[in-house]
Amino acid sequence: MSGNEQALADWTSGTDSIVYQSCGACGTLQYFRRSFCAACGTPDPAEKRASGEGTVYATSLVCRAATPETRAHVPYNIVLVDTVEGFRMMAHGDNDLSIGDKVTARFARFAGHLVPHFSRTEA
Amino acid sequence: MSFITGVGLTAYGRHEGSSSLDLMSKAAELAVSDAGLKRGEIDGVLCGYSTVSPHIMLATVFAEHFGIRPSYAHAVQVGGATGLAMTMLAHHLVEAGVARHVLVVGGENRATGQSRDASIQALAQVGHPDYEVPLGPTIPAYYGLVATRYMHEYGVTQEDLAEFAVLMRSHALTHPGAQFHDPITVADVMTSKPVALPLKLLDCCPVSDGGAAFVVSRERTGETGVRIAGCAQAHTHQHVTAAPALSELGAEISVAKAKAASGVSISDVRYAAVYDSFTITLAMLLEDLGLAGRGEAAARVRSGHFGRDGAMPLNTHGGLLSYGHCGVGGAMAHLVETHLQMTGRAGNRQVRDASVALLHGDGGVLSSHVSMFLERVR
Repeated sequence: MSGNEQALADWTSGTDSIVYQSCGACGTLQYFRRSFCAACGTPDPAEKRASGEGTVYATSLVCRAATPETRAHVPYNIVLVDTVEGFRMMAHGDNDLSIGDKVTARFARFAGHLVPHFSRTEA
Repeated sequence: MSFITGVGLTAYGRHEGSSSLDLMSKAAELAVSDAGLKRGEIDGVLCGYSTVSPHIMLATVFAEHFGIRPSYAHAVQVGGATGLAMTMLAHHLVEAGVARHVLVVGGENRATGQSRDASIQALAQVGHPDYEVPLGPTIPAYYGLVATRYMHEYGVTQEDLAEFAVLMRSHALTHPGAQFHDPITVADVMTSKPVALPLKLLDCCPVSDGGAAFVVSRERTGETGVRIAGCAQAHTHQHVTAAPALSELGAEISVAKAKAASGVSISDVRYAAVYDSFTITLAMLLEDLGLAGRGEAAARVRSGHFGRDGAMPLNTHGGLLSYGHCGVGGAMAHLVETHLQMTGRAGNRQVRDASVALLHGDGGVLSSHVSMFLERVR
């Protein structure tokens, strides 16, 4: 980061957290971390922690994996989740999730990485 | 003006002992000879990439190997859209007078040169290195995500998708160069091994060895001219996580721009060559391009619309799904087949009228799109 914003640690570096960025100038949210807002170019978007709540946008149950490490986990469900904050992210999810399900994130170990894993939100 | 003056295509499948350069050279030789040209007349070279033999200067490696000294040469990388992207660039190069005869070539020993796991792993890297790849997705999983969403929004079923695999296989049965020659049914697709649900093995294109090439020239060299009437691209994202809504994908944008560039409309089109890495890819692209209404492409397959004798013959060589997919060359086979159809040289696969064709390529996860209209002139 080039300015006064501190990068918050998240699951991509092994911390139990989902982090996104919010542009102070135009308000656009982005999930992939950058030192600028991809919508307007303003530097140093604010880093925020997401609640881990969202809705399933799409799923795909992987039954054929390509590496020995990931093959140990098949089948595993790759999901796209639209978070309540308003950005979309890829994660793992329970195998029986359907599009439109309200979900909550926890964190799990997968092939040597920490990954976000979504389950249906408890009513 | 620009014309596709010659085409070359190898059989797809397994070419034991052939390198990527061997397969590129074989296809290039066929294309140059088909154009009625000598190697020395080729003054431009555009080539794709090889995941088996990566090189930072593949075009000059190829040119030296093939024995030519072009005045213009470099590689192009746009995933599955590379073949049509190179054709579009060649079109502009010859129109601008930069070159007279541009050789466009792709080829790879992707089936025998590396393990299937290595191929799947190499291709999965189109995902985001920090936010996607650690989750263990595969290319079928990226398209599986698109498929569940598309099925959800438009009421498409897995049986609908299976129709496209059956259609491509039925076309491949009539082409001796195709990788697969056993007929399949919707039931076969439905019971094939799950890969990344809803996609099953027969919803997915294979990994193949093969090569394809063509020559793009400022003037036609044969009696029948196949003119590039117009083409355009659209690039909306790289990663599926960052993809726009289904209704805002790049195919619709690129085909609209290609229509404007060529003055051709969909009702003029008599033959279609559309990227078909997975059954969902083909179903979506046909609908995005306006060759079928939303959610209606499968019904059009069932009614014979896209068959050899139908109103809109589609990928009559069998497409990526059944002719095979060797990387960059994969979708170039679509253009080779289109050329054979337009010049009346498709033999037992010949359609009644291929006077105007629409070609469409897709790279990444519906990330990069190239649409192109070809027109026959006599």
